Amino acid sequence: MTTSTSEIARPEFLEIELDQQPAPERRRIKRKTINTIIWFVVLAALTAIVLYPLIWLFVATFKPSSEFGQNPGLIPDNPTIDNYFKVLEGIAGVPLWRFFANSTFIAVMAVIGTLFSSALAAYAFARVQFKGVGILFAAMIGTLLLPFHVVIIPQYIMFQKLDMVDTYWPLILPKFLATEAFFVFLIVQFIRNIPRDMDEAARIDGAGHWRTFFSIILPLIKPALITSAIFTFIWTWNDFLGPLLYVNSPEQYPLPVALRLYNDQTSTSDYGATVAVSFLALLPILIFFIVFQRFLVDGVATQGLKG
Amino acid sequence: MSTTLTKAIVTADQEKRPRLLGRRGPDTPTRPGLRVRNRRETATGYTFLLPWMIGFLGLTLGPMIYSLYLAFTRYNLFTEPRWIGLDNFVRMFTEDPQYIQSVQITLVYVLVGTPIKLAAALGVAMLLNYRDRGSTFFRSSFYAPSLIGASVSVAIVWRAMFSTDGPVDNTLSFFGLDIGGWVGNVALVLPMMILLAVWQFGAPMVIFLAGLKQVPRELYEAAEVDGAGPIRKFRSVTFPMLSSVIFFNLLLELINAFQVFASAYIISNGSGGPAGMTNFYTVYLYKRGFADLQMGYAAAMAWVLVIVVAIIAAILFKTQKSWVHYAGDNR
Repeated sequence: MTTSTSEIARPEFLEIELDQQPAPERRRIKRKTINTIIWFVVLAALTAIVLYPLIWLFVATFKPSSEFGQNPGLIPDNPTIDNYFKVLEGIAGVPLWRFFANSTFIAVMAVIGTLFSSALAAYAFARVQFKGVGILFAAMIGTLLLPFHVVIIPQYIMFQKLDMVDTYWPLILPKFLATEAFFVFLIVQFIRNIPRDMDEAARIDGAGHWRTFFSIILPLIKPALITSAIFTFIWTWNDFLGPLLYVNSPEQYPLPVALRLYNDQTSTSDYGATVAVSFLALLPILIFFIVFQRFLVDGVATQGLKG
Repeated sequence: MSTTLTKAIVTADQEKRPRLLGRRGPDTPTRPGLRVRNRRETATGYTFLLPWMIGFLGLTLGPMIYSLYLAFTRYNLFTEPRWIGLDNFVRMFTEDPQYIQSVQITLVYVLVGTPIKLAAALGVAMLLNYRDRGSTFFRSSFYAPSLIGASVSVAIVWRAMFSTDGPVDNTLSFFGLDIGGWVGNVALVLPMMILLAVWQFGAPMVIFLAGLKQVPRELYEAAEVDGAGPIRKFRSVTFPMLSSVIFFNLLLELINAFQVFASAYIISNGSGGPAGMTNFYTVYLYKRGFADLQMGYAAAMAWVLVIVVAIIAAILFKTQKSWVHYAGDNR
């Protein structure tokens, strides 16, 4: 048998037959090296394909508008940073920084709200014994699977009756009410893994639930809170449907809706500006991702968060 | 492990009370002081839960019930809802070809896109699992699209990539396949959207990879001793050991795929074109509800979606007995 190493579920195309017949041991090592090289080349090629759209976007921001549709190559013939200058002026009389400020404000408020409400709810589900906890927990899990489109129409009507359309309330208020069940669940799982001895010691020392929550549990669930915070920030930053429904005045637009403005007005003429804004809008998230990738990817791996 | 969520969902589904009470188990009021403490525990519990309860009742359960009512009415936001019985549903399935087309393309998108996406995720996860060193970089690179894939920026990029004389068109022309742009092409715009979904294979891949790392190596060694080839090893070891993770990914990805909105909306400039080929269910729902202000009709559409998703989830849960194995389960 030639496959005596313990690689797992090796795809068939990695099976390479060698012509020479060296000693079995040497042959195995040589095979392993060749397999590793092939493995690396295949993955590197795949990475290049997967990341190509982002590379294309970055390079395209340096193309003058006239080159779009003329120069099919990746590299611009006359690289320029004019797109960025043009874009800074903004659109529809609103400067670009304003859209960034709006997006940042909404995302930061969403993070605060989600952390506050999700941590409280998670503690109740994980540590407090009260009537009805089972059915409520089942309801919370149920909302994970519910297509949210079934609530957007009544919610819109409600916020309209409350005169909150064209304010940020409909975007921020739900976050303070733990509507994103994923984070409640994530923190519940985290709290369940904390040994109960800690709270019991606190209980014996006379601490109530609030004291236990603030002094013992909160410091221990920091990793879960960080993961929730990063995901909330990114999802809110990317959210398009929410602001599309609720924010009507251009000066209040967060980036995704503002981007649509560029996309609509400049679909033929000023493509360079559209591309530059698209890239700038992604930049904070990409930086976030590069800095926090371990938190994000491990958070997904352990809890099964959606993308 | 992500199986914890699957299990939680399964438990909730079977309406079994999840084990929340830890080692102590449910309190039995034997001592007189305990009853008072129980009542206080309940009060404290609901205080902690207050924000979530308000959100659940006011933003989820209440709206769900209200939209169920609206589904049987005609409502345009300005006059009172008028009860019309089943008219919305009848109209949907008999008099609205746009709706039927929207259902068709959404089903194609979900039922073709999701298996391809999961197959890609599993394939790449197995490839990454082949070696430990160096795979962290690849893992992160493959995950990045999942994080940004639903954003407006990516939709704009995607449209540019697949437009006439864009990078994809040029590459294919180079290989002699001169099919032009995909964006305006009735036959190619849906495959393009599916490719955008497949591009985001990173999130399920990361979950698969975590599952693969937990498969004991001895199982593969035992299979090899028995003379199993790669295909047999996949069928008899990898797939059963990973089935709970596959189940979880399948459930979540199917449900998510039904809800694709921003990318289709941006790519078609809100029109759902060309020829309605990007008029996905949620895009059409948005147009009916918020552009035409037919809120009753849109609510009826939303409820059909909920029922379809519930049926798919029920089928998955029903069939899981025959192919999903949980650790410590001797089926």
